[in-house]
Amino acid sequence: MTAQIAPQTLVTRAEVEDFLYREATLLDEWRLDEWQELLTDDASYYVPSNDQPQSDHHRALFLVADDRERIRQRVIRILDPNCHAEFPKSRTRRMISNVRILGIEGDLIAVAANFVCYRFRRYERIREYVGAYRYLLRREGDTFRIKERRVLIDAHELGALGSVSFIL
Amino acid sequence: MSARSYIIDDRERKSFLLDREVLVSEEILRQEMAQIFARCWIYVGHASELRAPGDFRTRKVAGRPVIFCRDQGGAFHCLFNTCRHRGAIVCTQRDGNARRFMCIYHGWTYGNDGRLARVPGDDAYANGLDKESLALKRPARFEDYRGFWFMCLDPDAPALHEYLAHAKDYIDLVIDQSPSGQMEIIAGVQEYGVAANWKLMVENSVDDYHLPSTHSTWLNFMANSGVKIEPPKEEGLVLPTRGRAVELGNGHFTTDNVNFRGRPVAKWIPLYGEAARQEIDEIRAELVARLGAERAQRVADTNRNLVVFPNLVINDGSSVTVRTFYPEGAGRMHVTAWALGPVEETESARARRLDAFLTFYGPGGFATPDDVEALELVQQGLANWSDDRWSEMSRGMGKEGDQLNSDEHHLRIFWRRWNELMGA
Repeated sequence: MTAQIAPQTLVTRAEVEDFLYREATLLDEWRLDEWQELLTDDASYYVPSNDQPQSDHHRALFLVADDRERIRQRVIRILDPNCHAEFPKSRTRRMISNVRILGIEGDLIAVAANFVCYRFRRYERIREYVGAYRYLLRREGDTFRIKERRVLIDAHELGALGSVSFIL
Repeated sequence: MSARSYIIDDRERKSFLLDREVLVSEEILRQEMAQIFARCWIYVGHASELRAPGDFRTRKVAGRPVIFCRDQGGAFHCLFNTCRHRGAIVCTQRDGNARRFMCIYHGWTYGNDGRLARVPGDDAYANGLDKESLALKRPARFEDYRGFWFMCLDPDAPALHEYLAHAKDYIDLVIDQSPSGQMEIIAGVQEYGVAANWKLMVENSVDDYHLPSTHSTWLNFMANSGVKIEPPKEEGLVLPTRGRAVELGNGHFTTDNVNFRGRPVAKWIPLYGEAARQEIDEIRAELVARLGAERAQRVADTNRNLVVFPNLVINDGSSVTVRTFYPEGAGRMHVTAWALGPVEETESARARRLDAFLTFYGPGGFATPDDVEALELVQQGLANWSDDRWSEMSRGMGKEGDQLNSDEHHLRIFWRRWNELMGA
């Protein structure tokens, strides 16, 4: 992705922010079928291992490296009451800020954002996931679809965060 | 301390009970640190993690900060990451390459073989400073088996090769995946906490009884991906294929299962995609040519979860994972997990191995999070331990012939050995 400055007429940060907030709501409310409608048919979702944030999932072990089909299977799994790690469901609340358009190439828009995602489960301490989102969005009419969603966790190790058993 | 048994091992009545206090007591944890972790061989790391002279990695081994490193001559060391002067950590980086480790507090500097190289202002010591005796301390013993390095704090312990007993055969079986007999730790480490006693992870790593109930969503995923999972045909089985639990000596044990879940080396399943068929056939052909048909079948068509007592697990299943864990209090553990693969693996085979890993293992996998949940629910439930004292672990006890992976024979092996070392 070349780092061009985004022409304001083509896409605004406000549009991107609205889109990311809408996505965050769908995730926090576990409306994962609707969330999947935000994805392109070739979408991918990555969470690199904490010590290898910049690496390639073909060469390094990740926490999550889903293609579109694996995302579909992940959603089937985590909505199933037999997904014990997420039943009862975690309550999550994510705060997104520092949204930036990094560049545009063809119909793809590279976006960066910071996030804090709080996760609550009964009888358990709060877990605070802090990090950066990296998106490749595809312009579709007056909205976007997500071609790539990469989640970089700042913690040096997952440690007390335990798992990534929900869509982070 | 009076000798006390934490298990009721009644072979006549075929009943085995475990005192739940061992999973909640901080006092018992203190005894474990002395009688288990300070006496057994504990996994430190793999030779492939240190490629060149001067390479180092810092980590905690059984909770102790160490530097796992190679000196200028290439020799492997395990050094306590603690300055001899006032006790500070001397190497703060996760990994790298260095000739020297300098303590930032007063500047004491050590070579990558641990010897004390420099002390600022060393003319201030009235009798001089005996630098020879002030090298970084290290565990009494540090030995490897085929690239798997272990430390032992007990100078009188048997040699590692002897300690590992028949666990060596199962490590060999993992290494036989590689045409050159060389496996490597792949970049990317998964480190996560579990709010449960460390011994529950030992049990969970080899307990195939829990698979249908804990991992039904994984079984669904496999079915959705075109992997036929037949219901068990034989009486007494809870899994589609037969699997054994095998005692390996000195508290080590393994499962040894006929594979039904696919293996990157070398059993194709639809999940890998049509394009992978040919390469997997080639990998298998190489195995047969090198090892003979029978051994190739052992490597390719069985999966095995091996426990090296007390806290190393090598799962050779959907992929290979090397996993170790140590207690952080009676009710918490820290888990470190790596992926392991043959050094000569092609890019496509490596990518398939890593993808297969994530179908099951790790904090974002389709199974491990539910294992973690199960262990944490056990720990939460154990708050009632004093009024509900015994865990029932008699499954399969007294059974003739092979012990099944879905019985609790292998868990009893662990607990008997643990109980023995704890002085009962």
